[in-house]
Amino acid sequence: MKYDVVIIGAGVSGSAIARELSRYQLKTLVIEKEEDVCCGTSKANSGIVHAGFDAENGSLMAKLNVEGNQMMPELSKELDFSFKQNGSLVLCFDEADRENLVALYDRGVKNGVKDLQILEKEEVKKLEPNVSDEVVAALYAPTGGIVCPFGMTIAFAENAYTNGVEFLFDTKVTDIQKQEDGWMICAGEKTFETTYVVNAAGVYADVFHNMVSEKKIHITPRRGDYCLLDKNTGNFVSHTIFQLPDKYGKGVLVSPTVHGNTLVGPTAIDIENKEGTNTTQEGLDQIREKSGRSVKNLPMNQVITSFAGLRAHEDGHEFIIGEVEDAKGFIDCAGMESPGLTSAPAVGKMVADIIVKQMQPEKNPTFCGTRKGILDPDTLTKEERAKLIKKQPAYGNIICRCELVTEGEIIDAVTRPLGAKSLDGVKRRTRAGMGRCQAGFCSPKTMEIIARERHIPLEEVTKSGGNSRLIQGINKDSL
Amino acid sequence: MKQYDIVIVGGGPAGLAAALEAKKSGAQSVIILERDGELGGILNQCIHNGFGLHTFKEELTGPEYAARFSEKVKEEKIEYLLNTMVLDISSDKMVTAMNREEGLFEIQAKAVVLAMGCRERSRGALNIPGYRPAGVFSAGTAQRLVNIEGYLPGREVVILGSGDIGLIMARRMTLEGAKVKVVAELMPYSGGLKRNIVQCLDDYGIPLKLSHTVVDIQGKDRVTGITLAQVDENRRPIPGTEEFYSCDTLLLSCGLIPENELSRGMGVEINPVTSGPVVNECLETSIPGVFACGNVLHVHDLVDFVSQEAAAAGRHAAEYVAAGEDKIFNEKKYVIVPKGGVRYTVPSSINPAKMDDEQVIRFRVGDVYKNRYTSVYVNGERIVHRKRPVMAPGEMEEVKLKKEQFMDCPEETEIIVTIEEA
Amino acid sequence: MEKRELICIGCPMGCMVTVSLDDGKVCEVTGNTCKRGDVYARKEVTNPTRIVTSSVRVNGGTYPVVPVKTREDIPKGKIRDCMKALKEVVVDAPVKIGDVVLKNVADTGIDVIATKDNEMHDVGRR
Repeated sequence: MKYDVVIIGAGVSGSAIARELSRYQLKTLVIEKEEDVCCGTSKANSGIVHAGFDAENGSLMAKLNVEGNQMMPELSKELDFSFKQNGSLVLCFDEADRENLVALYDRGVKNGVKDLQILEKEEVKKLEPNVSDEVVAALYAPTGGIVCPFGMTIAFAENAYTNGVEFLFDTKVTDIQKQEDGWMICAGEKTFETTYVVNAAGVYADVFHNMVSEKKIHITPRRGDYCLLDKNTGNFVSHTIFQLPDKYGKGVLVSPTVHGNTLVGPTAIDIENKEGTNTTQEGLDQIREKSGRSVKNLPMNQVITSFAGLRAHEDGHEFIIGEVEDAKGFIDCAGMESPGLTSAPAVGKMVADIIVKQMQPEKNPTFCGTRKGILDPDTLTKEERAKLIKKQPAYGNIICRCELVTEGEIIDAVTRPLGAKSLDGVKRRTRAGMGRCQAGFCSPKTMEIIARERHIPLEEVTKSGGNSRLIQGINKDSL
Repeated sequence: MKQYDIVIVGGGPAGLAAALEAKKSGAQSVIILERDGELGGILNQCIHNGFGLHTFKEELTGPEYAARFSEKVKEEKIEYLLNTMVLDISSDKMVTAMNREEGLFEIQAKAVVLAMGCRERSRGALNIPGYRPAGVFSAGTAQRLVNIEGYLPGREVVILGSGDIGLIMARRMTLEGAKVKVVAELMPYSGGLKRNIVQCLDDYGIPLKLSHTVVDIQGKDRVTGITLAQVDENRRPIPGTEEFYSCDTLLLSCGLIPENELSRGMGVEINPVTSGPVVNECLETSIPGVFACGNVLHVHDLVDFVSQEAAAAGRHAAEYVAAGEDKIFNEKKYVIVPKGGVRYTVPSSINPAKMDDEQVIRFRVGDVYKNRYTSVYVNGERIVHRKRPVMAPGEMEEVKLKKEQFMDCPEETEIIVTIEEA
Repeated sequence: MEKRELICIGCPMGCMVTVSLDDGKVCEVTGNTCKRGDVYARKEVTNPTRIVTSSVRVNGGTYPVVPVKTREDIPKGKIRDCMKALKEVVVDAPVKIGDVVLKNVADTGIDVIATKDNEMHDVGRR
């Protein structure tokens, strides 16, 4: 049982690559250490589809960013995930910095970003009345967008899975050994033979790369803390608002999310711990302070949750994508920090192309590139909705009252291909528990549905797999 | 489309009392829409005793108190729908709701009583830094798991917030076999009732740490511990006072927030202090014929007062419907201004023509006060001056105004409710 | 003469009550604002008691447990025994509010009663 390709990591890069490979007759396996797709860097980021003016001219980052950005509108329809081209603004607060704004404009144009414009203060204020009065000008990129990072990753993975890619969760790769004809991947007791390895392991990509190559790379987990604001702030800004890096640093972004919340962040704090996704007081304070530079009177008392994610920052600040020189058949997809999410569709193609060129596989005759997401009854007309509830009464039963998620959607999330196994899995797929009460009311009900649909006792339902059980015992069991 | 005189949104203690009183006051067609599977609301999970001393002169548990009302609702044959979520109410009182059986449906109401209750402040809203593992629950979620489902959400517990639900859960979890290590409170005073500190903490030797907060949550999968720190007068953690507690669970009981998404959606004016609707003496919101009562209006400590308030709302709703086309809109409106430590009042205005002979004004104070007076001034003249040995933010206060005191007031009348020294 | 300060738990007022004791006997109660406070204070210094509320397992009910309480207050020292006794109790649905689920709990002479209905499985919710 030898695989053609084993992909390490079911984040957005790994899933996008898997989906591209599923166009061919290849035996592909994705190995993920967590219980679900989208559990690392892919789940905790800004959810921004960058226009592509940030990266250095001629860099891989620049190329893949612009390509990914251009693919996004079509792809979001094919794979049915939430995406919105809301446009972005980079604010400049000081005439002295204007040359930097212009430089950013020039860089963007060279990178192939379309429709860039420099707006003067009044035009900026017209577009975004809540921006700070200190603003002097801004770079406007209409092609900038926002995406649901969970929705996109899950869509890639589901589509890959239905087209024949295998996924193995809760499996941590412990060793990779070169063999005469390919590679042996060890995950504890388990071993997998494969011709190609794709290293899409996020903040762990350096660990796996360094197992097989003498040319070492080093990835620093760069933590970003975020605050998410209640949907009632949803129209506070309509564009993604960046700050032009200046003497005060890189600043934070303020952006609407595709679901109508406002997102503020991230910080950039280099840490050692590759699992260090804890927010800190300093981080949260920084967000509060820095966001005040961009916009006036941001209602930070409307924060409903805060979280932190780790960017996989490689020392050279560039995507490392390609076959490793001294390790034939081992393909890196490393250093996937921002704009990694935007680039993912293009990254998927690029990595798949490397393998396809070498292996020359047949096309997958049954490949279907479209996928239907979980039905959101809110998108239906009243009549359609009535019909749906008649057929499936579970769609008439609201479980999450904040986000108005029905039992029908949760059942779909649990029972569909690569379905949710945990509360967080359901949350990322349906938004149940993602609203203002933060699962206070719905979690016991969602737990019951998960237990029922997965045929497991309620005690075994977890928040996010592993040892994250929610129930610790039954009443009086220790008396 | 169905039509009802009065649609009551929520079948908890407020909704039930409002429905009964509306019926008693002559309303013919009344319907309660309840999102849960039974009437009674959160009382069903408040299985401890201490309810109903005012209303029934005996101490009942939450479910018993709820049953007294829900049985009456059934006796009176008041209609109700369970597992029914109200999705939207238009400003002209078209109620859109949904359930499994009927799907999406609309009810045109002549009057609406908002009785949706409140939700708990979440960890996110509290901005507690740290990891986000399993084992961080709001006290009410834990209460549901323990009291309705029969499961222990944790074995070693730290509780943040000394609100009543937190105190009650400290005792419940201790009785069911968990170890509650400490209750921490950000403020220098407890947010809960004194008797709950005695019978829920002191009885079981659970320490209460005032002026403390959680500054870190540890554990990637499940909580493995939390760090407490003392806070200064600005409620900021004091470096060097950190103390680690190993535990598998953190319960949060840090305040309740009225759930007014529907009210906002229909355009009801909201008081930023209470997060509940602004109401007049009839508990009528800024939209005529839309009334509010219970925890959706302002968070209460005692269900007895919820029942009283809701009954008034129900009565006024019935009167509104009965008045039909002849209804007189508020021609006079005396605004009540909270001052000097009084954070808000409910109602926030009165119309002398419509107020009760004795109108109860409820309010909360912003700090702990000892040996002060509750005073009411009408156009500068003090008409109430009542001594209060202790007042605290955690305990709702009230003053009573008499209708006769307002009959001769001029058009522009200002009422001030304030706290004064002797 | 010994003085003990208590907070009355008789009602939500939470009055500060002072009990004067002479050789273990109560000679004066002050600070209470009603009769309930006097009764509570005398009991609290001699034989403190509490109502205990919990839940017991139900077979075939709409809900897996039914809430219960001791019909009257029981000695504080018996609370743990009471809980242990309740651990062993399983009742069959339907349970009606007021039904005795355990007689004379932990030899206190007090019964434990249900405080809520719990219908047969198919009758109630879901």
